[in-house]
Amino acid sequence: MDKEKFFTQVDAAWLEQGPEADTVISSRIRLARNLDALPFPPAAGKEALHEVLSQVEAAAKHLPEAKRFHILELSRLSPLERQVLIEKHLVSPEHVREAEGRGVILRDDQAVSIMINEEDHLRIQILLPGLSLLAAWQLANRLDDSLEQHLDYAFDKGVGFLTSCPTNVGTGLRASIMLHLPALVLLNQAGQVFTTLAQLGAVVRGLYGEGTQALGNYFQISNQLTLNHAEEDLITTLLGLVNQVIQQERAARERLYHELGNRLVDMVWRAYGTLTHARILSGDEAMKLLSDVRLGVNLNLLPQVKLTDLNRLLVLTRSGYIQRVAGKELPAAERDERRAAIVREELTGKVR
Amino acid sequence: MLCEKCKKRPATVFVRRTLNGVTSEAHLCEDCAREQGSLNILFAGAGNLTFPDWSLGNLFSSLLGQGAPGMQAQAVKASTLRCSQCGLTYANFRERGRLGCAQCYEIFRDQLQPLIQRLQGGVKHTGKIPRRAEGKLRLRYDLKSLRRQLQEAVAKEEFELAAKLRDEIKALEQKLGGGEMSG
Repeated sequence: MDKEKFFTQVDAAWLEQGPEADTVISSRIRLARNLDALPFPPAAGKEALHEVLSQVEAAAKHLPEAKRFHILELSRLSPLERQVLIEKHLVSPEHVREAEGRGVILRDDQAVSIMINEEDHLRIQILLPGLSLLAAWQLANRLDDSLEQHLDYAFDKGVGFLTSCPTNVGTGLRASIMLHLPALVLLNQAGQVFTTLAQLGAVVRGLYGEGTQALGNYFQISNQLTLNHAEEDLITTLLGLVNQVIQQERAARERLYHELGNRLVDMVWRAYGTLTHARILSGDEAMKLLSDVRLGVNLNLLPQVKLTDLNRLLVLTRSGYIQRVAGKELPAAERDERRAAIVREELTGKVR
Repeated sequence: MLCEKCKKRPATVFVRRTLNGVTSEAHLCEDCAREQGSLNILFAGAGNLTFPDWSLGNLFSSLLGQGAPGMQAQAVKASTLRCSQCGLTYANFRERGRLGCAQCYEIFRDQLQPLIQRLQGGVKHTGKIPRRAEGKLRLRYDLKSLRRQLQEAVAKEEFELAAKLRDEIKALEQKLGGGEMSG
């Protein structure tokens, strides 16, 4: 298979329309694993990092449907290509900070990405569209079982899987749901909801994980604890909380629609008007307007726009992707022009 | 309440804005808010929310640093502990919040236990167990997981699946010998 498609095509599994697509973009399971005999990546030298890479690469040859998996060494990718992988959520910003000795194994549908030598030797990540956390866990569990047959994991009977950071120890499981919560933000209730979530043991982050901004009203909600509970229990608890948030967002949308009426319709159409006619669009502006349009689609105000088109634009409008497709780095002004053209084409070239 | 700006129309919008670290709040009517551009700000509100990068080093230091005077003496002694495999000292760990290798968990066990207890609310792993690590432990974990699936299958009235699961559970129980009947 041509690895080029990972950088120039927008076809990752999570961009499809999944369960509860009106509020949920994607579900993610991440398992942190380390090899027993080698230093964890933050403490490892070049040799140890490469040893991990080759051990994991060998183990990956035995994964179910092994032919669908491809390993990329980050040091052989251009900075733009690394950025595209972040924008597609296939690696974390932290993972690409140092490319030497780092790699990622991707399945052809990009629902699976196994980060090698991020903060832990392995970060097995499953990313599925919509609310599909249990399916993601089942797949992660299967792949983990397969890898474990060929790798010696660092494990302790008492505290479970050993991780670089004690906040991941035990199950090494981080389950996250990416939600779109425009109405809670518009009604100024998002902060309150997040405070409550924090009290109940969930963590809220921005679009690209730790330390990133909540661009476009997208929020990732994940479990905070990783120990003392079995994986299914952690996931079920998180699902319970997320379902509450989904109900609140839906209620907030109803309320907004009733209270603002035509002003909300106006906001949505203005956003659509700008996106379909602007000649210059910054990345942040695009995200904000696309959020308004998504809200409009979910309130049945814009029947001509599909949610999957909006999902595609989450990647299409990102700077790394625009530049990688152009084949070179571009000054901001030129990126903004290209972005505007891409959005116009995606939204109006497909008017049904 | 009346709009704080025009003092004529009823205030229907609560505006909170943070500029250069200074937060101001105002109850405005919609017209005044729109005039000020506050409606957009309100709409964009959470778009500017930045989630702090958890500075774990700091967090750990604050979790570990406080305590009885006796603990401080202990902490000084602990900070000179060094992992023989990767060379990490406990002082390094406190600074960066990252352990160096699997053996660090052994070397710093006494220091890590209370930390993990506070971070995680306990120190007992009850999740997945690698097949290669501990035969019996893993079987017990599988058994628990099968029992859970059985419950689900029964609840969903998928009796064929339930029968199959029951057989698997029986086989595992025999493998484990007696005394494993309660999950």
